[in-house]
Amino acid sequence: MDFAFSDEQEALRESVRTVLDTECTPEALRAFELADEAGRAEQSGNRWAVLAELGAPALIVPEAADGLGLTDVDLVGVLEEAGRACLPEPLLQTAALAAPTLAALLPDTAATSALAALVRDDVSFAVGGIDVTAAGIVSPTEVSADGTLRTPRVVGARDADLLLLAVRDADSGWQLHAVPAASCTTYATPALSASRDLSTVHWPLASDTLLAYGVAAEAAAALLADRAAAGTAALLIGLAERMLSMSAAYAKERHQFGKPIGSFQAVKHLLADARVALEFARPATYRAAWSLATAQPTLSHDASMAKAMASDAADLAARVALQVHGAIGYTWECDLHFFLKQTWALSRAWGDAATHRRLVLAQARTG
Amino acid sequence: MDLTFNAAEEAFRAEARAWLATHVPTDPLPSLDTAEGFEAHRAWERTMFEDRWSVVSWPAEYGGRDVGIFDWLVFEEEYYRARAPKRVSQNGIFLLAPTMLEYGTEAQKARYLPPMASGDEIWCQGWSEPDAGSDLAGIRSRAARDTAHDGHWVLNGQKTWASRGAFADWCFGIFRTDPEAERHRGLTYFLVAMDSPGVTVRPIPQIDGETGFAEIFFDNVEVPEDQVLGEVGAGWSVAMATAGSERGLSLRSPARYTEAADRLVQLYATRGGPAASTDAVAQAHMDAEAYKLHTYWTASRVARGHAVGAEASCNKIFWSETDVAIHTAALDLLGPEAELLEAGAPGEWLDGYLFSLAGPIYAGTNEIQRNVVAERLLGLPRG
Repeated sequence: MDFAFSDEQEALRESVRTVLDTECTPEALRAFELADEAGRAEQSGNRWAVLAELGAPALIVPEAADGLGLTDVDLVGVLEEAGRACLPEPLLQTAALAAPTLAALLPDTAATSALAALVRDDVSFAVGGIDVTAAGIVSPTEVSADGTLRTPRVVGARDADLLLLAVRDADSGWQLHAVPAASCTTYATPALSASRDLSTVHWPLASDTLLAYGVAAEAAAALLADRAAAGTAALLIGLAERMLSMSAAYAKERHQFGKPIGSFQAVKHLLADARVALEFARPATYRAAWSLATAQPTLSHDASMAKAMASDAADLAARVALQVHGAIGYTWECDLHFFLKQTWALSRAWGDAATHRRLVLAQARTG
Repeated sequence: MDLTFNAAEEAFRAEARAWLATHVPTDPLPSLDTAEGFEAHRAWERTMFEDRWSVVSWPAEYGGRDVGIFDWLVFEEEYYRARAPKRVSQNGIFLLAPTMLEYGTEAQKARYLPPMASGDEIWCQGWSEPDAGSDLAGIRSRAARDTAHDGHWVLNGQKTWASRGAFADWCFGIFRTDPEAERHRGLTYFLVAMDSPGVTVRPIPQIDGETGFAEIFFDNVEVPEDQVLGEVGAGWSVAMATAGSERGLSLRSPARYTEAADRLVQLYATRGGPAASTDAVAQAHMDAEAYKLHTYWTASRVARGHAVGAEASCNKIFWSETDVAIHTAALDLLGPEAELLEAGAPGEWLDGYLFSLAGPIYAGTNEIQRNVVAERLLGLPRG
C-alpha cells in the first residue's frame, strides 16, 4: 500500500501549475470570453501549444505510439491543475478521453491516423454522443431523415481538429467515429459559460471514420464514460480548491463590524464544511485514476464514486464561495463567476452526483 | 501509487482472520456498560493479549507485534469484519498509549503499558469538567505539591463524562498545577488509580439508561510524582497529543464504518426502500469508503516520513457525521421497526444510532473542529 504520488508526478503537476498560473489567469479568461471567434481561436491555439510543449495531450499515449507512456495516475494531477485554472481548452477530451480510447483500438487504421495526429500534430479533440444515466450510457445522437447525424451539446466542437463521436442505432448498436472537423457542421448553442462553447454537430456517417461498432464500440464508449467521470472529478477538485482559496482570502480581507468576516464562526463553518467535503472527495478521485491506470475490476464503481463526491464537493464550494463573497461575487467584474459557471456545468456533465450515486450503489450491491 | 496490500500484509490479514474466526465469541457479550459486561469484555482483552492480538502496533516488549500502520489497518478491517466485541480498553490503548509512548518515562511505559494491553487495568479519560467542555483550557480541578508528603501531589476537583468511568481501574486527566499561569500553561497530565483514597465515582445513566459514563470527584487525592506524564506545566501539549490520536488516525479506524456501511447495503438489498433511501444508502457507502481512502492516503504520507498535517482535523467531523448518516439510513429502512430493542437487526442499528449521536459531541464538538479546520487549514483569523 502506497497511496501517494511520486516525486516525478508531483513535479509534473507543479510544472503544469506554473505554466497555467501565467497562461490561464483570470485576466486571460476574461479576454477569452470577450474575444470574437478568431480571437478565441488564436488565444486557445497559443495556450494549447504551451500545453503540447509540456507533452500534456499525449501524456498517457503508449510509447509504442510515440506518446509519453505515462498513466492516469500521472494525468490526474494535471487535470486537477486544469480545473484549478478553469482552462477553456479540451485537455480532458484530448488527453484523458480521446488518447486512451484511440490507443486501445490500435492497430485499427482510423484510430492509428487519429492518434498520430494527436501525438505529432498536436491536434485537439472534442468528444460527444455519449450521455451517462443511472441505467448506463445512452447516445443523444439523432439520425435525421437525410442520414446526417446530429449530436447535441458537444463541448469545444468549433475549435477542435478532430471529433470523437458516438451514435447508437436501435438495430446495429453502437458506433464510434473519429470525424475531421472539416466534415462537420457546427451550430453553436448558447450556454451559461462562454468558455464551454457548446454546439450541435452535424456529421456524416462514413466508413473511413469508423473506429469501432457493436459490442466493441459499446465497451469503448462505456470505458470512455468512466474515464470522463473520473477526469471530470479531477477538474472539479481543482475548481473547488480554487474557489475555497479565493473565498478564504476574501474572508480575511473583507471587514464588517470592525473585523475580518472570516473571524465569524458563521462564515468559518460554511468554509470548513466545504473544505471537509473537498478533503474526502480528493482521495476518491485519486483512487479512480489508479483504478483506470491498473484496469481494476472496480474501475466503474470507483469512477462513479469520484464523480459523485467531487460534484457534490465542488457544488458546495461554489455555493459557499458565492455566499462568502456576497454581492461582489455576483458581479461579472469579480473573477469568481468563471469558476462558478465551470463548476455548475461540470458537476452535471457526464452524470450528476445523484446519477453516479445510483451507479455506485448498483455496483456495491453486486460487488 | 499502489492501492493493494502486499504479500506480507495479506499474510498478516490471513493470520488475523484465522485467529478471530476461532476466538471471537459466537454470542454477543453483555453490554460493556454493565458490571457483568465490563468484566466479560475485560476477559476478551485478556484472550487477545495472550495471543498478542490486543495491541498489534505496539512494541513487542509491551505486548504488541511492532507492526506498521498498514498492518494495524488490516487488523482493524478483520476485527470489524469478524464482528468482534467492542474494545473496553480503547481509551487506554488508542488514546493514552500513543501519548505515553511519546512522553512517558521508560519506567512508566514498563509499569503501565503491559497491564493496559492485557485488560488488567482499564483506563478512563478525565478531561471534561462541569464548566469546561469545549473550552477545555478552562478546567479548574487542581493539583498542588503535597507539603506533608515529599514527592507527592494532592488532587482536588471534579471530572465528568468519563466514558467507562464507572468501572475503570485508572484515570488519565489534566489538572491545574499553576493557578497564576496563562490558562493553557500551568496544566499537568496525571495518571490516577481509581481506588486511591479520596476518589469518588458517581455513574451517570445515559440516554439508553445504562451507565456509560461517570462523574469522578477528587477530594485530597494523593498521587506520587512518578504518575505525572510529561513535564509539570506541560499538560496542555501532552493532552493535545492525545487529542490528535482521538481526532486523527488511531481512535476510529475506517473498518468500523466500512463494515457498518456494508451491512447497510445488505439491509437495503434485502428490504428495499424509498428513493430517498437509495441516495442515503449510496452516500453512506461512499462516505465510509472515502474515509478509508483518506486514511490510506494519510498513512502513506506518514509511511513516507511526513507528519500528519492539519488535514487530520477534518477527520473527526467526517467520521462522526458518516456514522450518524449510516445509522440514520438504516433506521429509515427499518421504518416502524426502528424503535425495537430486540436482538439482531433492529436493536443493533438502534444501539449504533444512539452511540453515533455522541460522536459529533465527544472528542471536541464538531463546532470546535470546524473552527480548527477554518483556522488551521484555511488560515482564517481567530474570533
